[in-house]
Amino acid sequence: MPAYEIEIILNRQLADCLSIPVFITDTDGNLIFYNEPAEEVLGKRFEDTGEMPVEEWSTVFKPLDNDGNPMAPEELPLVKTLSDQYPYHRNFQIISLKGKKQPISATSYPIISRSGNFVGAVAIFWKQKLK
Amino acid sequence: METKIKMKVKLWGVRGSIPTSGPDTEKYGGNTSCASVVYDDHLLVLDGGTGIRQCGGAYPASKRIDILLTHLHLDHIQGLGFFSPLFDPSKEVHIWGPASSSQSLFSRISRYLSPPLFPVLLRDVPCKLELHEVSNSVFDIGPFRIQSSYIIHPGPTVGYRVMRENFVFTYIPDHEPALGSHGMIQNPKWVSGYDLAEGADILLHDAQYTKEEYPIRRGWGHSSIEDAGLFASITSAKHTLFAHHDPSHSDAFLEEMLASFKLSSDVSVALAMEGFEAELA
Repeated sequence: MPAYEIEIILNRQLADCLSIPVFITDTDGNLIFYNEPAEEVLGKRFEDTGEMPVEEWSTVFKPLDNDGNPMAPEELPLVKTLSDQYPYHRNFQIISLKGKKQPISATSYPIISRSGNFVGAVAIFWKQKLK
Repeated sequence: METKIKMKVKLWGVRGSIPTSGPDTEKYGGNTSCASVVYDDHLLVLDGGTGIRQCGGAYPASKRIDILLTHLHLDHIQGLGFFSPLFDPSKEVHIWGPASSSQSLFSRISRYLSPPLFPVLLRDVPCKLELHEVSNSVFDIGPFRIQSSYIIHPGPTVGYRVMRENFVFTYIPDHEPALGSHGMIQNPKWVSGYDLAEGADILLHDAQYTKEEYPIRRGWGHSSIEDAGLFASITSAKHTLFAHHDPSHSDAFLEEMLASFKLSSDVSVALAMEGFEAELA
């Protein structure tokens, strides 16, 4: 069984230390790890689900723009990162598990290995700060 | 009757960080990291710590020598300038080492092998010298197939899996696979170095610290003896040699560490010892 590149492993170890939701995907967008705060967002436990194919986990979120209109997947930071391997950041809303609109900020970045290869991507969710 | 040629492994230096000579370290040795793997006249040298000096004269029949560096911390290259084949015009020496995203391998080794730290420039050594950069690579050297992979240790660092027919020697002297808030993730896909060590006949692995020493040295790139044992267990290595002995650990202390470890583990392990030899056939 081939192990992940150490850049992926170290990102997981970092995510494991953080109090903000972190999602780590492979280059195809399959969810290969999410930390405990992300479990609350997904309503699932990583220990229970293990890795999740992109088709499965991407439908959990119902992203809306700030006007409340549904967002196309290609507008999401992580999807853009997976597409062109650049970092992105955007404010939008998701429907929480309780059915409420929840404003969030999402940051995504590509994991470019020491060898210069694109090996995965990370999405971090932040609470939007009230101005 | 035809005699079968054997792959032979020898350890020339198993001390971590800095050479330590003296009566307290006489048994396991004070030279820093170096091992050799020989098959017929084909010689691989793993790391260029101070142990490499004695290795240099041990295989006069080998015209080509390949030195595989795990990384360029001083205890892994300190002996290079005293490796006699580098100064022999009849020898062909190939140095393999981890690629960096910024400087070439030649440039990085030359920072040590140049004045004021060393009198001879790397480019002036008389042997036929070639440098090769590796990353997550598989390549052949003579009768050996080599796999290298980046592993968790500060700076560009690889471990090596040396294969010949069905026999495997894995060399990971500096490694901190348990770096993180909850230690090692006990799933092979998430273990740094797993591919290198899986099912190895002999695994040489970092076990520098006791579990009491490790927490205050977390992030320095080394393992506790318990984490080294866990790594050996996860990778199903057949026999493991604990190495990179801390310079402050005497022979007696190392044996106490091992005895204590064995109380709670049944993996096949021993302390790496300078002069240790094994035949894989």
